Amino acid sequence: MSLIATLARLEAVETGRAAPLATVRHRHLSERPLVLVPLTTSGEAGAPLGALVGTDREAPRLLVVPQPRDRELRFAFLAELADAVLPHLDAYADEVEAAERNETDPETGKKVKVEVELCADAPQIVVPGRAAIDFVRLLGRSMRFRRTAEQDPDTPHPAPPRVPLLGRWLTHYGERARVPGSALLLAATDLLGRHWATGQSSLEDQHLGALLAWIDPPEGASGAEAALRAELARDGDGQLLCPPAGPATDPAFDNKLLAPAIDRYDRARQALYAAQDGEAADARLGDLTRAEQEIRRLVGEQLRPTWEAVWQSLDLLRELPGAPRTADRWTRDRWSFTAHRDRVRAGEPPQPRRDDAVTAAAKLASRETAQAQLEAQEALDDPLVMAGRRLAGEAFAGEVVDVVMAWSESKRPSPRPLVTVRTDDAPHLAERAKVFRSLDGKPQSAEFVGYQADGALVLRLLDKMGRSKDPAPGSVPEKGDRVCWTLFEHDQRGGPRLPDPEATPWTHGGPPGTDAEHPDPLTPEDLL
Amino acid sequence: MPRPLDARALAALAANPGCRRRALLDGAGVDKGALAEALGSPSAAFGQSQFAIARGNTFESRVKSDGGTELLRLLHEHTGGEAPKDAAVPDLAAAGPEGRAARTALALREATAAGGWTLLDHPMLALEVAGSPAYLEPDAVVVAPDGRWTVVEIKSFPMIDAAADPSKVGAAARQAAVYVLALERVAGLLGDTPGPADRVAHSVLLVCPKDFSNLPTASLVDVRKQLSVTRRQLARLTRIEEIADALAPGASFALDRPAPELTETVESVPAAYAPECLAACELAFHCRDRARAVDAVTALGRGLRAELGGLGGLGGLGGLGGLTSVGAVLDAARGRAGDPSDPAVAALRRAAALRAEALEGAAAGGAVCR
Repeated sequence: MSLIATLARLEAVETGRAAPLATVRHRHLSERPLVLVPLTTSGEAGAPLGALVGTDREAPRLLVVPQPRDRELRFAFLAELADAVLPHLDAYADEVEAAERNETDPETGKKVKVEVELCADAPQIVVPGRAAIDFVRLLGRSMRFRRTAEQDPDTPHPAPPRVPLLGRWLTHYGERARVPGSALLLAATDLLGRHWATGQSSLEDQHLGALLAWIDPPEGASGAEAALRAELARDGDGQLLCPPAGPATDPAFDNKLLAPAIDRYDRARQALYAAQDGEAADARLGDLTRAEQEIRRLVGEQLRPTWEAVWQSLDLLRELPGAPRTADRWTRDRWSFTAHRDRVRAGEPPQPRRDDAVTAAAKLASRETAQAQLEAQEALDDPLVMAGRRLAGEAFAGEVVDVVMAWSESKRPSPRPLVTVRTDDAPHLAERAKVFRSLDGKPQSAEFVGYQADGALVLRLLDKMGRSKDPAPGSVPEKGDRVCWTLFEHDQRGGPRLPDPEATPWTHGGPPGTDAEHPDPLTPEDLL
Repeated sequence: MPRPLDARALAALAANPGCRRRALLDGAGVDKGALAEALGSPSAAFGQSQFAIARGNTFESRVKSDGGTELLRLLHEHTGGEAPKDAAVPDLAAAGPEGRAARTALALREATAAGGWTLLDHPMLALEVAGSPAYLEPDAVVVAPDGRWTVVEIKSFPMIDAAADPSKVGAAARQAAVYVLALERVAGLLGDTPGPADRVAHSVLLVCPKDFSNLPTASLVDVRKQLSVTRRQLARLTRIEEIADALAPGASFALDRPAPELTETVESVPAAYAPECLAACELAFHCRDRARAVDAVTALGRGLRAELGGLGGLGGLGGLGGLTSVGAVLDAARGRAGDPSDPAVAALRRAAALRAEALEGAAAGGAVCR
């Protein structure tokens, strides 16, 4: 965290209201995001309790597992979730535009351009917090190796048809969320925390209710008071007024409300199985339905405030103007979505449990590139972020006080004008260090020549001035212009190419095996 | 009724060694949850869901069922040696914790002498902490034919594709380190060769459900680091008397005293509040209120405090040594206080000026510079 962000936090403490950390919105927001608020059963891995899901704020779809230990009920939940999520993903899969991609021709080894499809837009999923992103990943892992009856007629507990497919998509979204600056799967707390500083610690910012209270407190209350209320206030029954954003539930809710309701449901179900005649069965079915409705009501009440909070977060973020370079990163997200669509359509197997060495190295390298890219793009999009880089000596802004024309000493002299800049910033410039500025969205580079007696910097412009002897109009700053130079590159390129998986050296485990992943072994009961 | 120290409390102490308040209250056996309520602040009650408790208990009994066959198989898989068969499971029942601890020590000696596999189910270990005995109950301790004692921790969070949540594994390792320490003490009392450090394995067996099933899987966790932290921490705890000396004579944490008096006594012992406390200490909300009331920057997190403390570098004596409150830092940043030749103050002012310039530029529309 830079000192500027620290000051923002301190200001928030002083005013009792969140302070801005950005002047523009640094993440792409879809017109029609799919919001998913999941809840899990405490202590059980991969046993969802319920979820609110949908693209319409007014009409979320409530999915509930009345008895999370029952495999059939959990499968029913996952099938419903697939029903709610997959059509949303499919809707984007077929609207494509033509694009070109560089590929290496396997025979000649030459780089060739290939015409490919690129999805015109990609579906975006928004969840409340980072824990929910982890849960999406967990759900993906728990589903993608399941076998349906169609895939394997002998499987003892076949999964509903589209569940493994949903698992693959959720896995892809969960993995993509690890790429810095990506926006396919977003957490509301991350989004808000990127754009506002609160007067509490970043640990406490993980509570969506408290975070929102700082940013957008209710009438007449300070953010600090509202956040405290969101964190701690309980009703006469000992229940939190602002339930946790999940996926974990509050133990008081589990013990006092949910456990008795599940007990009633279990008893009603046993009674129904034990019914002797049709009339009794009808009456007991009524009991069972009522017990199920009660659980649905309870789970829905826990989910609803978080659902509203996620949409409120999106509203707040939409008030900020979108940063221009988010479009570039969103295009990368569209490529990612399209690539996974192609893998699914080509009938490739689900993502492996563990990446092989080359895939893992490639993922890390691409995330590092994405991180550097994100840092550069955010600074170029947002003067407040740039201010942090200037403070750190990684950029400087100032006024052009002099421009002297000069040329390179080659047969065909090219313009190499010397630009003198006066700045209050203190950049860490080494001799002949390269610096960059944005010229119509493209980086123009210059070389640091030296300091003048009064501390002004002299730079030699190197490119983007056209082919002729005289620089193209507008390509050289004029006296009196305000310019901002960075010491970091604007376009980050990745490192050297990695070998093909088949050429993995023995030091890294050798080529990956060709064995298809086995489905998870099934036990008669899989929960404790 | 003093509350005995357990492994969780000892491990938590190691996480925030600088907190004198917690050291004293834990050492004196004060129920911090009840104390928080008596002080009138919300207690960070670490209630557990009954679903989680039920699952934990079922899994543990499943792992230990059938004379611990499965448990020993898992341990043998990781440590090798003689294949386990016909493990002894001695009865450790006795009256009171002292009785059980004595019974456990006896069983450990017999098992080591017998030279076979022995599973001690819920043994009781005593550890001297700050002059009073603490009784600890690990899930299990296994004695191998070669005479090594291994602590077994059974947890109900899953290991998915052979990896578990690192924060949960860390907590389990800190807890297990306390058990290892207590076992070493027992080994020391037995006084035979090899010495305690060789008798007790410094890797513990962590048993968790595999993937999404209820089948157990296990991993050896090296706890040497946690062990040395805990050891150092417990050694520091003996200085509780010094902390207590600073208290007013006659001070007491009796919960029936009026809240203002009680608050005064609690406040007379300095705390080292950090937001991490919220997940580990019942008194955290009280300490947070206090930290916020005095405007302390520590309430905003250790990272932020370090950021401010690191300012000034060589020139500033201890960086922002004098600037520990939010108001003081902001005053320095806005030029209302502080010496501009102090590099820390200069850095703050520069940051404040840059921030203001960027925000004004954005409000006026358009970027400050291109």
